[in-house]
Amino acid sequence: MAVQEFISPTSLSEAQQAVSDGAVSSWLAGGTDLLVGIRLGARDPARVVDLKQIPELTAIEIDDASVRIGAAASAFDVLHNSDVPSLFPGLAEALDLIGSTQIQGRCSAGGNLCNASPAADSIPALIANGAQCRILGPDGERMLAVEDFVVGPNQNALAPGELLVELILPRPTAGTSDSYLRLTPRTEMDIAVAGAGVSITVDESGNCAAARVAIGAVAPTALLVDAAAEALVGSQLDQAAIDAAVEAVRAAAAPISDKRGTAEYRTHVVGVLVTRALAKAQDRITEARS
Amino acid sequence: MNAYQEFRMIGSRPVRPDGLDKVTGRARYGADLNMQGQLYGHVVRSPHAHAVIRSIDCSKALAMEGVLAVMTGQDLVEPGNQMLGSGEGAMALKDVVPMVMSQGKVLFHSQAVAAVAATSPELAAQAAQAVEVVYDVLPAVTDVHKALAADAPILHDDRFPDGYPEEPTNLATHISLTVGDPDAAFEKAEVVIEQNYSVPMCHQGYIEPHACVARADAAGRVELWCCTQGHFTVRHYTSAVTGIDLGKIKVTASEIGGGFGGKTTVYLEPLAVILAQKSGRPVKMVMDRGDVFRATGPAPGAETKVKLGATRDGKLIAADVECLMDSGAYNGNPAGIPAFMATACYKLTDARSTGRSVYTNKPKIHAYRAPSIPQVTLGFELAITELAAELGMDPIEFRLLNAVEEGDANMMGAPYNRIGLRECLEVARNHAHYKSAVAEGAGRGVAMGYWINAGMQSSATLNVIADGHVAILTGSPDIGGSRASMALMASEVLGIPFEHIHPKVAATDAVGHTDLTGGSRTTLATGQAVIQAAEQCVAEMCRRAAAEWDVEAGVVTWSQGAAHYGDQSLTFEELASRAGAMGGPLTFSSSLTSTSTAPGFGVHICDAEVDKETGRTTITRYTAIQDAGKAIHPDYVEGQMQGGAVQGIGWALNEEYLYNADGVLENPGFLDYRIPVASDLPFIDAVIVEVPNPLHPFGVKGVGEVPIVPPMPAIAEAVYQSTGVRFRDLPLNPPKIVAALASN
Repeated sequence: MAVQEFISPTSLSEAQQAVSDGAVSSWLAGGTDLLVGIRLGARDPARVVDLKQIPELTAIEIDDASVRIGAAASAFDVLHNSDVPSLFPGLAEALDLIGSTQIQGRCSAGGNLCNASPAADSIPALIANGAQCRILGPDGERMLAVEDFVVGPNQNALAPGELLVELILPRPTAGTSDSYLRLTPRTEMDIAVAGAGVSITVDESGNCAAARVAIGAVAPTALLVDAAAEALVGSQLDQAAIDAAVEAVRAAAAPISDKRGTAEYRTHVVGVLVTRALAKAQDRITEARS
Repeated sequence: MNAYQEFRMIGSRPVRPDGLDKVTGRARYGADLNMQGQLYGHVVRSPHAHAVIRSIDCSKALAMEGVLAVMTGQDLVEPGNQMLGSGEGAMALKDVVPMVMSQGKVLFHSQAVAAVAATSPELAAQAAQAVEVVYDVLPAVTDVHKALAADAPILHDDRFPDGYPEEPTNLATHISLTVGDPDAAFEKAEVVIEQNYSVPMCHQGYIEPHACVARADAAGRVELWCCTQGHFTVRHYTSAVTGIDLGKIKVTASEIGGGFGGKTTVYLEPLAVILAQKSGRPVKMVMDRGDVFRATGPAPGAETKVKLGATRDGKLIAADVECLMDSGAYNGNPAGIPAFMATACYKLTDARSTGRSVYTNKPKIHAYRAPSIPQVTLGFELAITELAAELGMDPIEFRLLNAVEEGDANMMGAPYNRIGLRECLEVARNHAHYKSAVAEGAGRGVAMGYWINAGMQSSATLNVIADGHVAILTGSPDIGGSRASMALMASEVLGIPFEHIHPKVAATDAVGHTDLTGGSRTTLATGQAVIQAAEQCVAEMCRRAAAEWDVEAGVVTWSQGAAHYGDQSLTFEELASRAGAMGGPLTFSSSLTSTSTAPGFGVHICDAEVDKETGRTTITRYTAIQDAGKAIHPDYVEGQMQGGAVQGIGWALNEEYLYNADGVLENPGFLDYRIPVASDLPFIDAVIVEVPNPLHPFGVKGVGEVPIVPPMPAIAEAVYQSTGVRFRDLPLNPPKIVAALASN
């Protein structure tokens, strides 16, 4: 079965209209996963609905409280936005790891999230930053935290007819920074064997006031590891606290052994990545203060 | 003594004649050719790694609107034991036909079992799904040791290797050579080491998938366009596989996006020809990436046991090498080369070398750049390094003490002519890289490598154009810059500008027989044909000038692109423009079987740093040193050295065929079959050493294959020096390194 229909709506209401008959449809927020999936036979939509022509879906808007990234905004546009990379250097790192420059011109954080790969690079970075999903459906709008949006490997929480409109990230407070690191055998054009996104807030006295630790490619979905955050909050980010956080992420990790790495290796290396990501975020905070 | 001692053009670096088309996208590769009315062929492939085909029913596919032809293995010849010659080892027809399409039995997953031709690629894919194949599935075996076990499923019940006549086994070949008395030599040795090493099956990883278009006419003639390393080989193999007369087949080579030995046979071409004959329409076929990995010939995985003996003062006196290689489903003859060549870099008068190859349910292996030598060299060179360490000697000093030179014989018996191994080692020892301190946390490895290099048959035709330009036709597909080299060599002899020479890769009906581009032979052998044709041109032009001046031909000299006698001269342009009046068109051809080949040697130095927490290895500095005899176009010599080093780095660190228990390849794509990307690599410093080949007019030695030989042992040693843990089984991927560091 080949794609029978390609629709390019220019508004959200047209997009909703385009799928109202219930035919098997796929949203195209860039297509860098969808087209490969169709070619491999893993995806077989009768209809593809392009989201790139809807202004709200490609917009990036920033106000005092939040940063809103349209679900189909390209990684390139996010990476070249005047503010986003400095507000969320870790999220920028994650998006910059996806594909090549050419791919980044098409692919989107929203698409990376909806594709729901366990190894997606942007998902742990979004979770670490407390991103929320604004979802529009036939029955109106709802909000969902990114960590709850992915429900299984390549499965997301969207009901039929629902559309991810944008990702809303709270603006980081003073003394906050993030970082994302992944392990791949190659330097690029590769897929994470393990990934770690962290966001921490450190007060003037060096005390960790808030933390979010997310890990990828070590479980069916990216995980927010509360126990790791608890180990860090209230500490001076000393070795004991970091060791406890690493122990917590290794306990939370539930990886498989496959062609990309053994379960033992993934469990080990995700701890290494969390340690290094924490150090990197901490350096960014120190640098911002100096 | 070389015929030419001083060079005007050789060794310069002009822009290659085919460069503009290639960087602007105008060059036409295998899949770029389309013909009016063409159909699209699609191959039906086996979902099982080992099965008997009960039946194939193509009737539903053929009944589909727009499906014009179907075929099965019954449409190919029934192969006997006849041999097909080819560049990198002769091959039995019975080992070639089933790699094109199976005939009754399937021996690896994705083996072709039928093919269809339809009016669109989509329709052809649908029709392929409508072909009904009934299989009796058999147990598959993909591991060489399991394949040799008593209870293993037998792939071929009609094959008995020499010396094993009683009952069929999965042993494909067994070759053993001995020189001197190695057992006695080991008795005398003061230091002996013995270790096992292994390398996995891997793929050449050429970027361009196989592609062709075939056309057949009512008179039984067939034309083929395809990407190949040798269109004469395609003609020969297609004739042998289909039974069509050789003389009725014409093959034109497209540009080629990599081959590395993998495009020295046929896969799709005979299928496209038969579908074109059956349908009466041109048929185009393009292999997808997954099928390139699953169903074309990869390089054999190998296990090598190396035992070496030396005296305390550092003389290597005994060697015993046993190499066990994975042949895949048919006989790819991988075991002979390690048996013959494992010890080729060393002065050894007492040595034993054994090669065995084993059938497994994987695609039949095929040539990959210095076929089978990198695998055995991993073991031999790493053992040499371990032995040097045991003796407390510098690895280069130890090699210099034992390296072969002119007059030494290897296990094949014939003594070496003027080789450049010692010169390469001297350059390595004195190189700034080797003299520099190793960075904290990093390690350094050194290894050397050998390749025999081929000569074989080549032809060239030189046509002088009236404006003084020259067209050169050869039958050698240009993989590594050979057009530029041919133009440089012609320019050197003729004395006319490089830009006035237009080299072309001619079809099988437009130039004399030429063996494939492989065996590092093209610049040497096809270049020799070009030199000879150009020399004929100069001789004829001198003869015509002599006639014009009414003097003896012998007194006319040729220099600066002109004939001279006294103060008279006639330029190449004048002789070209007046050719009609002075004796007719100026066309010269040369065909030869080159006997001027010389072996190649190289030495590589590698620095690597292992991240001890993640197990990732970064190659931080790399120097490749090689004797090129004489570098015609140094850019393309350096390109070969850099490319070979990079392929070796990939094989050492991450490349590996991963099969599941059912014999299905789990990583048939570049995402999970990890060849290095540019950012994985340091600049590969290529140092060309020139020890001229006395048998070649310009001193050329083949350079294309040697550079993939030393990287694996050099990198493995660097990783050992960085981690303190000895790795003898490749690839050195992060999980393997972390696991080994944890258990130490």
